Amino acid sequence: MRYSGFRVIAEALTGHKGWKPVWRDPTPQAEYDYIIIGGGGHGLATAYYLAKEFKQSRIAVLEKGYLGGGNVGRNTTIIRSNYLLDGNEPFYEFSLKLWEGLEQDFNYNAMVSQRGIINLIHTDAQRDAATRRGNAMIMHGADARLLSRDEVRQMYPWLNFDNARFPIKGALMQPRGGTVRHDAVAWGYARGADQRGVDLIQNCEVTGMRIENGRIKGVETTRGYIGAKKVGVAVAGSSSKVMAHAGMRLPIESHVLQAFVSEGLKPLIDGVMTFGAGHFYVSQSDKGGLVFGGDIDGYNSYAQRGNLPVIEDVAEGGMALMPAIGRVRLLRTWGGIMDMSMDGSPFIDKTHVEGLYFNGGWCYGGFKATPASGWCFAHLMAKDEPHKTATAYRLDRFRKGLMIDEKGQGAQPNLH
Amino acid sequence: MIIHHPILGPRDAQEFVYLGDASLIDRPDGMTAGVEEFHDYLYQRTNPAGEHQELWYHEQGDRSWLVVTRNTVTHEITKVELARDVARARGRTK
Repeated sequence: MRYSGFRVIAEALTGHKGWKPVWRDPTPQAEYDYIIIGGGGHGLATAYYLAKEFKQSRIAVLEKGYLGGGNVGRNTTIIRSNYLLDGNEPFYEFSLKLWEGLEQDFNYNAMVSQRGIINLIHTDAQRDAATRRGNAMIMHGADARLLSRDEVRQMYPWLNFDNARFPIKGALMQPRGGTVRHDAVAWGYARGADQRGVDLIQNCEVTGMRIENGRIKGVETTRGYIGAKKVGVAVAGSSSKVMAHAGMRLPIESHVLQAFVSEGLKPLIDGVMTFGAGHFYVSQSDKGGLVFGGDIDGYNSYAQRGNLPVIEDVAEGGMALMPAIGRVRLLRTWGGIMDMSMDGSPFIDKTHVEGLYFNGGWCYGGFKATPASGWCFAHLMAKDEPHKTATAYRLDRFRKGLMIDEKGQGAQPNLH
Repeated sequence: MIIHHPILGPRDAQEFVYLGDASLIDRPDGMTAGVEEFHDYLYQRTNPAGEHQELWYHEQGDRSWLVVTRNTVTHEITKVELARDVARARGRTK
């Protein structure tokens, strides 16, 4: 069923009796050409692009819980491509271009809203770094603007410009950045994949991998053994658990990142704003709630909930930047589990097992990467060679000294 | 989280800085170990869901290094030792 304005009107006039379930609930077949482990944004996008762009068939997505129940439903919905390094910027710009055409491509309203993102600047050194990053973005075909203090003041006159420690001196803006309705991304990809014959199998946890003579044969699941020619793993947050089935240790630690939503307010922030010096970023949802977050808690965790010190730290960052929100009440907080890698950058790569592919290590930047991650992972699985924008995301890059360390923090995952 | 410091008693986790897996104590010998061994030591992690031994530094306190045994699924802390004692028990001389 194609969605359109006409369709909505027709259904409205006939009592909405024509809407059908958006995807099937198939039982697993004995064998597939492709199995994608993980029914989140990246896994569903991979299945969608495998079927649509790379014309592959006999594809299944195995999901432990329900579709889109992990990090794609727990993030703060920001899209951007404001990276510095060569290994990253072309990939994230490819992703942003895919976001721009996504709704037409999969015929689903994902509420892609390019409302602009600004990174605040407080010192001359930060302005130099922002100028350099902006130029790197422009050279890779992205968009960037350096805003003066007055331009920022015009946009958000109520910010605390004269904070004693971090006075606002300007900002780096990416006008094409913005937000997307995160759940709708999972649903749109799931529907598009299902329409192209992909089996989306929920409540199906992978409990083991069958590997013979260095080649993947299939996976053991809670719904029985399923054979496969190729298996792709896209389970960021739980990567170490799943890849342990193939005997692999990864350059990854799992950490919890918290996010927050306030009660609904009148329109206050029309874009996305990051206050890196104060470990705080914020946007406003279409329902009016302030959606914000800060640092990861900083210790290994699989708990999907954080602790109070970080909540306090984030609230302090918010108050330092926007004293006006002092009486706003917090509606809810939650946590998601991040694959924190050793250089802060992700992996899309083959493994030592033939036919087994790995996608993970997204740190807290996985959501914006969803379309390009799916596309590049599908490219790798279908053609056995990396997509041109994802050649640097290798698992062996530490061994070779080819780290992609945007923040220059070294092998300390909780600092990226 | 409350960390029961072996010397100072119950302290808030906020006073500590987290380093990572306690296997970082077992640094290979720089004179004999090869690149592979150092690569695995520095970059690879077991990253378990469940019981995890990890290094915490009491920066806002007595500046001791601790080995904390904590469950990464529940955040429950079951054991706290001085890293010094753990390292010595594993055969380190200093």
